Amino acid sequence: MAGSFKVRMWFHLAKERQKILIVDDSEMNRSILTDILGPEYDIIEAENGLQAVATLQQKQEEISLVLLDIVMPEMDGFEVLQVMNEQRWIENVPVIMISAETRSSRVEQAYELGVVDFIARPFDARVVHRRVVNTILLYDKQAKLKEMVAEQIYEKEQNSGLMVDILSHIVEFRNGESGRHVLHVRTLTELLLRRLIQKTDRYHLKQKDISAIGTASALHDVGKIAIDERILNKPGRLTSEEFAIMKTHTTVGAEMLKNLPFHQEHPMVKLVYQICRWHHERYDGRGYPDGLVGEQIPIAAQVVSLADVYDALTSERVYKKAFTHEKAVEMITQGECGAFSPLMLECLRDISGQIEKEFLNGGQTQAQQRELHSISQAMSQHRELSASHRTLQLLEHERMKYSFFAAMSQEIQFEYTLLPPMVTLNTWGAERLGVSEVIMDPYHDPQNQFFRMEDWSDFAKNLRCTTPENPLITQEVRLMFHGEQRWFRVIARAIWSSDEPPQYTGVIGKVVDVQETKTRMESLQRMASHDSLTGLLNLSSARKRIEERLEQEPEGDYALAVFDLDRFKQANDNFGHSFGNEVLIHVSEKLRQSVRTGDIVARYGGDEFFVFLEYSHDINSAIDRIFHSLSGEEFKGFLISASMGVAQASVVGTDFDTLFHAADMALYDVKNTGRGTFRIYDESIEALPGQSQRSL
Amino acid sequence: MTLQECYLALDGDFEDVKHRLPTDRMVQKFVLKFLNDPSYQLLCDSMEAGNYTDAFRAAHTIKGVCQNLSFTRLLASGEKLTEALRDGPTPEAPALFTQVQADYRQTVDAIRRFQEELD
Repeated sequence: MAGSFKVRMWFHLAKERQKILIVDDSEMNRSILTDILGPEYDIIEAENGLQAVATLQQKQEEISLVLLDIVMPEMDGFEVLQVMNEQRWIENVPVIMISAETRSSRVEQAYELGVVDFIARPFDARVVHRRVVNTILLYDKQAKLKEMVAEQIYEKEQNSGLMVDILSHIVEFRNGESGRHVLHVRTLTELLLRRLIQKTDRYHLKQKDISAIGTASALHDVGKIAIDERILNKPGRLTSEEFAIMKTHTTVGAEMLKNLPFHQEHPMVKLVYQICRWHHERYDGRGYPDGLVGEQIPIAAQVVSLADVYDALTSERVYKKAFTHEKAVEMITQGECGAFSPLMLECLRDISGQIEKEFLNGGQTQAQQRELHSISQAMSQHRELSASHRTLQLLEHERMKYSFFAAMSQEIQFEYTLLPPMVTLNTWGAERLGVSEVIMDPYHDPQNQFFRMEDWSDFAKNLRCTTPENPLITQEVRLMFHGEQRWFRVIARAIWSSDEPPQYTGVIGKVVDVQETKTRMESLQRMASHDSLTGLLNLSSARKRIEERLEQEPEGDYALAVFDLDRFKQANDNFGHSFGNEVLIHVSEKLRQSVRTGDIVARYGGDEFFVFLEYSHDINSAIDRIFHSLSGEEFKGFLISASMGVAQASVVGTDFDTLFHAADMALYDVKNTGRGTFRIYDESIEALPGQSQRSL
Repeated sequence: MTLQECYLALDGDFEDVKHRLPTDRMVQKFVLKFLNDPSYQLLCDSMEAGNYTDAFRAAHTIKGVCQNLSFTRLLASGEKLTEALRDGPTPEAPALFTQVQADYRQTVDAIRRFQEELD
């Protein structure tokens, strides 16, 4: 408690002048109010509803009061109230409405939306001043009271927790148990229940029921107080008489609770009763004391029973050694230690890994976690405590830290909330995008180009597929940036609520421009797959594409035409290499013009090319067309002529190497019989002596 | 010309505003400020452009300012025009607008004369 006291002192010392947010579209009106209130309060002005929401979004913790006009551009006063309700700011920030509006329906509507006061124009300056001062004082006092109540609830919870702990430890020490048993049973009970409500809502359990059953579980063996110590701590097997006495700890415990002179109707007492009496019942009806069957056994008792058995197995006792976690789970699920509902066993298996981790951590952290948990529990049970001043101060500190780093990082950072749909950007990001820091309903805002629904829908879908345990995603998204589409990498974390089951409520993240990296990558990829002189594909990439095509659509009529230029060496020798290159570029251009879009064209050696094409019916005319576009033309005094060999997949099969080899044999045949023409492979072409298969 | 005489000239209620705002000095400050309030210009522009949403807002703002300053005459015509524009334009809106223009000129003339004598 010393720590929290210090925080409070700091808070009071650091207290500044209170801030009032004045929202009115008329500068005159704002200015009159500022004159009236300025001497005592710091004034923040907003000239429309949107600005007001943006201001509240950023610093609602600092604002002590809002003076709100109704009729305004962009977003009117009622819409501001709506947002304040959705965000629950209205619970901590009082709003006084000031308006020329006097129709009673509007005034009523304002009160319904949570305003504390309604001041009609023309107003009396003293009245405004007095009402503002009163409201702020009242809220301040209320905030302090809330803080006091929060402290008291926390202490009370601590006390009752302490009593339960002491009592259960007395039982344990008499029982000769480790002292950890109660703690383990409680932890396990809560873990099992949390898993259970993820799987079914059959038992209508809420978060607060889980923690109540957890607390109640500590007393499951309270009836053992009445059992003779000699039986309780007997090292050997119990005789049947002794066992009969031992069994009475269930009914004795239940009797004790039934005879409590007070708190009979308290839900906690009822839970403890169920747990004491029935934590030795079995799902198959063969347990004691009442032989309840199946769902006759209250869920609280079912869970504690399972937790109790598990912990008994994994702990050392006077009569047995400890089993390992795996062994214990195995024994329980195979029905060697009692009978449980299939659903409970499923829960046990599901959280098996978690249990192991939890118990390895040791008692210390568990106790701390439990303490934290109980505080947060108290907080969530008491809605009005959701934002005590102290919490707000700590939050404010975090926010300050965050906005400092956000400003330094030179990144576009954003936060998106689902309800209301609103994007908040960091200052740097908003400036870079040329938009305002707060964009309401971004999917339907025509001003905003960056957050268009069609660009983000895929990303949004992936976000919803994340889980609270694994909320991070990274994805590249193409976005509109100053009228141009660019690639951005979005790194984001989905926000899941702490409800059971968790709800997706929004996302925080950052957006990094990766257009240039991506363009560079693409050009590198292009360079790697294309011939740098002619821009045609190189061998390896052409081969890859051809093989893909043959695999994906093997039924087509395909042919591979391999050719080289006749007397190309002469051209090089007579006119120089750069002329040679010009010829190659010229031929490539011709080739490009003569093939169709689906065809695959490559240069795979000095003057060696191939074309992979799909033809319909007549191979001869298809090849003839390509061949004649290449041959017979004069280029700067050099007569271009080609020799070409062709192989059809329908003849030699769809393996690339076989196709190439066959086409190459046909080409060789052309060369041997006088160049300047083409030949299509058939079986009459035999490999000539001395011609070895060219390897690629 | 005193502030009280200025109110007489623009047909306002000086006693009322004196009662509501803390000091005469503050009344004077905002009366002078009225000359620079953009709402009237917005009203004229919007009426001319047929943008009755903005016109309604402007009339509504003028009404509010007049209430604050107890400009009784302009308040009366401003209020009527506001109502005539609340749910889109009505047949009587143009005539009411003409009335507002006349009253606005009378108000501004009075304030200007008051201002000149101050300097």
